[in-house]
Amino acid sequence: MNNFTVEAIDLTRLYGGREAVSNVSFTLSKGQVLGFLGPNGAGKSTTMKMLTGNLAPSNGSVKICGIDMMENPKEAKALIGYLPEMRPLYKELTVDEYLTIAARLHRVSAGHIKKAVEIAKERCGLSHMSKRLIENLSNGYQQRVGIAQAIIHNPMVVILDEPTVGLDPIQIRDIRALIREVGSERSVIISTHILPEVEMVCDHVQIIDKGKLVFNGSIDVLKKQRIGNKLMIAMRNPPSVDEMLKVAGVVEAESLAGNLMRVRFADDAAPSEAIVQAAVINNWGLYQIAPDQTSLEDVFVQLTYQEQAEPEQVAA
Amino acid sequence: MIINVARKELKSMFASPMGWVILSLLMFAFGTYYLNGVNDYFAVMSGAMRPAERTGVTQFVGQNVYGFASFMVLFAVPLLSMRLISEERRSQTLPFLFSAPISLTEIVLGKFLGLVAFLSILVVFIGGMLSTLNIWADIDFGFIVANSIGLLLMVASFSALGLYFSSMTQQPVVAAILTFIALFALMFLDRFFAGDPSNTLASLSLTRHFQSFSGGLIDTADIAYFGLFIATFLTLTVRRLDADRLRG
Repeated sequence: MNNFTVEAIDLTRLYGGREAVSNVSFTLSKGQVLGFLGPNGAGKSTTMKMLTGNLAPSNGSVKICGIDMMENPKEAKALIGYLPEMRPLYKELTVDEYLTIAARLHRVSAGHIKKAVEIAKERCGLSHMSKRLIENLSNGYQQRVGIAQAIIHNPMVVILDEPTVGLDPIQIRDIRALIREVGSERSVIISTHILPEVEMVCDHVQIIDKGKLVFNGSIDVLKKQRIGNKLMIAMRNPPSVDEMLKVAGVVEAESLAGNLMRVRFADDAAPSEAIVQAAVINNWGLYQIAPDQTSLEDVFVQLTYQEQAEPEQVAA
Repeated sequence: MIINVARKELKSMFASPMGWVILSLLMFAFGTYYLNGVNDYFAVMSGAMRPAERTGVTQFVGQNVYGFASFMVLFAVPLLSMRLISEERRSQTLPFLFSAPISLTEIVLGKFLGLVAFLSILVVFIGGMLSTLNIWADIDFGFIVANSIGLLLMVASFSALGLYFSSMTQQPVVAAILTFIALFALMFLDRFFAGDPSNTLASLSLTRHFQSFSGGLIDTADIAYFGLFIATFLTLTVRRLDADRLRG
């Protein structure tokens, strides 16, 4: 027995012959937060539906803590907390009533329901909203109720589909802290469009595009791709490219508009100092030097673009 | 687990004015019928001289009230059952139930029992109302029990059918209309075959199977009919929901 909390094996889902998700396999261990990234319609939500047993996969299988979702759905579902993209809230009930029902349905023992509701409310910052009708809550608070519902039974795996949509920045920060907290002892899978969010809360990233996994690995790998080895230099009297190439460690230089110059350096070189010295000696009038970060967005576009560039180019 | 789903349904029903309004309006109508029945009893019986014309007060008033009740639930059940699944479908709350550790059968049974529990309040109230006749008369409790069981089985059958139609659509109103048409057809099926009472189709009619109960007779054949009717539509509902999971 391994101790994977989530195991997806060759998940495939066909919609009328079209593959919405094809051969997605991954594993997740305790204490990991997995970020699910992908453009619209990539199959993130479909994958999540399959993981939670809301949708039967056309092929492949899902195991939650070693329990097969197809064979023992009840036992497997008991270990999952799920917040779908559309919040499943009964708006005619109050927060307390709704969470009590959620606890009951998720087999929280009768004696602990009250306590479980209190804890979930506290964790999601809902304590002062207990008696309010869900219908009358703001979008952000409704989202919190959705999250509270997913963690009320203290599940092994928490699956949140775009959890920070519609929240204000402070709430987003709170929810991210909550995700990290839950993720430290359990497993969390979140899907999102917001790339910095992935960087902040996740330690594993999966990028899915057109139903296929295009990237699956630790966040560090992605970060490394992102930071790269480039410098952006601004100078009042920029030198020619050839002059810049003479500086030790510089491999490539490129003149840009507005007195800017982008410099790529060798993998283990750190030419900043040399460049500054050269600038002083040659009177280049350097006034700004900074690492040139490819944004996570660029990495994301690169990864999903590579897929698109392959044979079957679909006319948009 | 079935109980938990049923409790949730009951809570939802009482959380909106709909449940209370339907309950109170129906009870008002039944109460009026009951009072009229008691008045009519004296009027009719004072004119009936021969012993053959005289009937007991339980039967006279009871038939009045239960006959009316079995007709009224034809309107009430579609209004209550329409929301059960279609509303959840429309507001996308079904994943809440689907991802909880409960089977589809439990969800369907829970919803069904929730509605039947709500409607059985009516049956109990009607029974209680008629039992008050016992204060001044010696009434036939067996008759009331048989009628109550009949009415309960009938509303349960209505609910099962309503639940099925509710699972087929996203629009509660569509579900209500379909349920009403189907129930209406099933209720009055035997009228179409009035000339040929032994016709097989006529024996599918719900009214025909209620008749023996309304006469005070508990017939296992009729209980079996209602039982099968309920089981059929609940199974169809489970299959309909399972199709959601399979086809998405």
